[in-house]
Amino acid sequence: MPEIKLNNVAFAYSNSKQRALTEVNLTIPAGSYTALVGHTGSGKSTLVSLIDGLLKPTAGQITVGKQTVDASARRQDLAKLRQHVGFVFQFPEQQLFAETVAKDIAFGPENLGWGQERVATAVQEALNAVGLPADLAERSPFMLSGGQMRRVAIAGVLAMQPEVLILDEPTAGLDAKSTEQLLNLIATFHQEGRTIILITHQMEQVARYADQVVVMNHGQLVTATTPAQLFADSQLMAANQLNRPAAVQIAHQLRKRGVDLQAVLTLDQLAKTLAPRLKGGTD
Amino acid sequence: MTNAIVFGSYVPGDSRLHRLDPRAKLLLCIAYVILVFFANSWATCLLLVAALLVTMVMSRVSFRLYWRGIRPLAWIILLTVAFQVLFSTGGPVYWRWWLFTVTRDGLVNSLIIFFRFMVIVTASTVLTATTPTLRIADALSWLMQPLKAIKVPVNQITLMISIALRFIPTIMDEAVKIANAQRSRGMNLDEGGLIRRLTRMVPILIPLFVDSFKRAEELATAMEARGYDPAAPRTHYRQLHWYRRDTVSLLLLLALAVAVLTLRFVI
Repeated sequence: MPEIKLNNVAFAYSNSKQRALTEVNLTIPAGSYTALVGHTGSGKSTLVSLIDGLLKPTAGQITVGKQTVDASARRQDLAKLRQHVGFVFQFPEQQLFAETVAKDIAFGPENLGWGQERVATAVQEALNAVGLPADLAERSPFMLSGGQMRRVAIAGVLAMQPEVLILDEPTAGLDAKSTEQLLNLIATFHQEGRTIILITHQMEQVARYADQVVVMNHGQLVTATTPAQLFADSQLMAANQLNRPAAVQIAHQLRKRGVDLQAVLTLDQLAKTLAPRLKGGTD
Repeated sequence: MTNAIVFGSYVPGDSRLHRLDPRAKLLLCIAYVILVFFANSWATCLLLVAALLVTMVMSRVSFRLYWRGIRPLAWIILLTVAFQVLFSTGGPVYWRWWLFTVTRDGLVNSLIIFFRFMVIVTASTVLTATTPTLRIADALSWLMQPLKAIKVPVNQITLMISIALRFIPTIMDEAVKIANAQRSRGMNLDEGGLIRRLTRMVPILIPLFVDSFKRAEELATAMEARGYDPAAPRTHYRQLHWYRRDTVSLLLLLALAVAVLTLRFVI
């Protein structure tokens, strides 16, 4: 299981003088579920692109497992990062290109140089993992619904069996039901032992799933902490233009009106804490 | 996210050249290009190069940026020149091997072609560097107005040009994003021969096309929803204003033209 470590990492795009990232120090423990938050342009995408070896740091070191890259790294070294890391881009359905679902999912494994049989198994497993029926494999990905296309794209990343999975706003543009299903799916990947890095604007998702939350602002890492601690700090939240999840807000309002409540993160927790006091059942 | 400086991209600034009316700049550029084809002697060439250098300095765009804009075309220019040198005949022969001959006429011709290429490319780069693309499209639309008399759909054509120009950066960004997604799936763009490299473009080009079509459809819907009617007369949000400096710039070019043509035909 690879741990991810960033040591004084900085990055600047070559056509701009402004740095996209400055002095980021961060450890993402193996098997953790890390949420990455911050408003648009705060450097979230740049940070994960660096972890996936799509960009080369201008300064500092990035370590994924045994592989370390710095400003002098060669292309091959950067590519080695990608063997551990799978990256599900924003609107990943836009990257589909093959005639059939199976061929598209097989693209990644084939690039890794796997044998035919191993690729075929990986494709089957990936389709299964994202909850798509096996008879979809021979259909054109462009004939599927938006939600299905996104699952195919995620399967394409999963098929490479990455130990770290980066997801950039995976639920953007999905309806409530698909969002719920996708989040459950990601939780399953996490339970299977993968490290999850989730970029999101939905604090409810942070509260419900993440064990670590990283706040970015203007290319700098503001804090890496637990969701409970982040949501308790209203000043920090406001300074980074983050909204508290509904449950935290309700609990806050109740506390102001004299109800003695322990900290809660999700509506489920809130309901369970309140129900006995209102003399209801706990289910 | 694009790191590349694209040939023909606008360099924001507030120089005299930036402030000229785009119609004036377009006319200047076209006239200059025509003049280049009349240049046949050292004197005319030097005159034209001097005029170009003056405008480049006036544009306050650094020569380094110009060079970066022109560099991608350097290969095409060199290739054309090489063909000229090796395959054209006439005059004393300096060197011969198999199909290739180097003759004096060949050398002279290739020198002229090199000069024309460089000067024309540089001149158009000055135009595009000092004028936002949509303004060039406006100027083009103005220039094409007379074609309406022979039933050319000028407005539709210029709208198409504007939209195409507007979406170049968007599509470039999209291409980078898709390439990153495929690279993250283990695609390696930098290895293998030409054919392998080309086949590797497929996973980038297909999503790019699919996306562009989708974008075009959405744009069409959005335009219709806001009442776009191709047959209706157009008004312009960006108004073009012709000032005295624009007339002066054209007069200066006229002077240059007189000088070049005099050198060519009279002296």
